Amino acid sequence: MIRIGEKTVQRLLMAAAFSAIGGLLLIALFIFKEGLSFFIETGFRRFLFADVWDPQSGLYGIFPMLVASLWVTLGAMLLGAPLGISVAVFLVEFVPRSVMRVVKPTIELLAGIPSVVYGFIGVMVLAPFIRSTFGGPGLSLLAASFILGVMILPTIISISVDAITAVPASYREGSFALGATRWQTVRMVVLKAARSGIIASVILGMGRAVGETMAVIMVAGNAVKIPHSALDSVRTLTANIALEMGYATGRHREALFATGIVLFVVIMILNTAAGVMVRKRVSGKKG
Amino acid sequence: MTETKIDIRELNLWYGSFLALKNVNLSVPPRLITALIGPSGCGKSTLLRALNRMNDLIPGVRITGTVLLDGENIYGGALRVDRLRKRVGMVFQRPNPFPLSIFDNVVYGLKVAGVHNRGILRDTAEKCLRGAWLWDNVKDKLHHDALELPLDQQQRLCVARLLAVEPEVILMDEPCSALDPIATAKIEELMAVLKKDYTIVIVTHNMQQAARVSDFSGCMLLGEMIEFNDTQTMFTHPGDKRTEDYITGRYG
Ligand SMILES: Nc1ncnc2c1ncn2[C@@H]1O[C@H](COP(=O)(O)OP(=O)(O)OP(=O)(O)O)[C@@H](O)[C@H]1O
Ligand SMILES: [Mg+2]
Repeated sequence: MIRIGEKTVQRLLMAAAFSAIGGLLLIALFIFKEGLSFFIETGFRRFLFADVWDPQSGLYGIFPMLVASLWVTLGAMLLGAPLGISVAVFLVEFVPRSVMRVVKPTIELLAGIPSVVYGFIGVMVLAPFIRSTFGGPGLSLLAASFILGVMILPTIISISVDAITAVPASYREGSFALGATRWQTVRMVVLKAARSGIIASVILGMGRAVGETMAVIMVAGNAVKIPHSALDSVRTLTANIALEMGYATGRHREALFATGIVLFVVIMILNTAAGVMVRKRVSGKKG
Repeated sequence: MTETKIDIRELNLWYGSFLALKNVNLSVPPRLITALIGPSGCGKSTLLRALNRMNDLIPGVRITGTVLLDGENIYGGALRVDRLRKRVGMVFQRPNPFPLSIFDNVVYGLKVAGVHNRGILRDTAEKCLRGAWLWDNVKDKLHHDALELPLDQQQRLCVARLLAVEPEVILMDEPCSALDPIATAKIEELMAVLKKDYTIVIVTHNMQQAARVSDFSGCMLLGEMIEFNDTQTMFTHPGDKRTEDYITGRYG
């Protein structure tokens, strides 16, 4: 009796898993079907590196958005990676385990805050602050980078904490026994042992930053032009799709799907890289 | 035995409310090998780790009594823990080289001490690897990952990286228990050479090993030091019935 029950549950779960994966595959297929022909007709270079996006005149160059996405992501990483890794080190090495057991889930909960809330804070607090302190429109590359840098913190912290916690205690003991201080031990052994996990956390954070849309639309200003300073208004690839998809038709619509393909490929590359890093860490531990 | 390198007086140690060392007294002579024997769980590792304050890392540990290193109480507060551990180094039961290159493992202690001169690092690495009889095995692959070495070479690497900080005392907690007999023989030989320059305290479960390598032996039981004597006497004419029982195999 119990066996049959188990089998049924197993089948149900299997069906659920396959329909989820199948759904994702369909979405991917759909994006490629809608965008691929445009991509091929326009040509790789004319699409990615032409710097005028003017659907009315039939010009579809995504270079300004590509540059904006790149800078926004880079800015976010510049803030999020060092800060996130430092917090992770601090939590594992300098905070009692009992405190960490409370703090870490709390930080992970931050990942669940809807991005519109981050965007809201960006519009209400950050943008006016930037406008009055540094000048410019306020809604800018800088604002977007900052908000994204904060948004990816939970990802980076949570995965880095796991990586640092997984470093065998024997490494720490060996280091202390040689007269190293706690900070020296962290810097010279722990971070090196946890390196691939930490890199994986940064890459996954980067994936989140590249893909984030709502918060960016709210704080980046959305002007379609190549930015010349961090205070310029920018529009990212994701923002462009979200802003124009509602009314786009024909070639315009296909161009947006083709933009989706670009994002899709970038995210796939980032996630695969992170996966490789994580696997490297696991096999490294066995050795 | 007139000289004393480490003098342990009335040492008590608690893990929480559990008394793991009971009023231990012991004088470790310089430049000789002292073995600690006794059944599993009697507190050998605990006592050893009390000598370089590794127990400080375990929450809930409380210690009373004194441990004098060259007459200075290491629990007195005047001696910084990191300085103490540079003078009293430790080799662990399972070889634990860092996940760095062989070279970086050996010079780790020097870098910790702030030495970054490449020439000095290179010379020290060679000297210490020779000192641990590892040089010929690794001289062509100094920049390979240390974790690729076979276990006994890993353990000798751990000895080499210890020699680099020029300790006065070397503590070894069952350094051969993860090794096969041939590798064990090599480590024992190495110990015999090292004792010319270093004071060695070794914990071992292996009676033959204690008898072979050590000059003095202490036998522990349930947190107490029940007998301490020169190894010859201890193994031929044990003064305590319980020591005799343990040596002849009547305890676990
Ligand atoms: N971190 C700890 N917390 C609580 N109790 C501990 C801890 N470490 C050791 N003990 C206890 O202290 C006693 C002595 O342990 P210790 O490891 O020193 O024994 P040992 O003689 O080295 O044993 P073995 O030969 O098995 O290595 C044991 O009863 C053990 O259960
Ligand atoms: Mg032990």
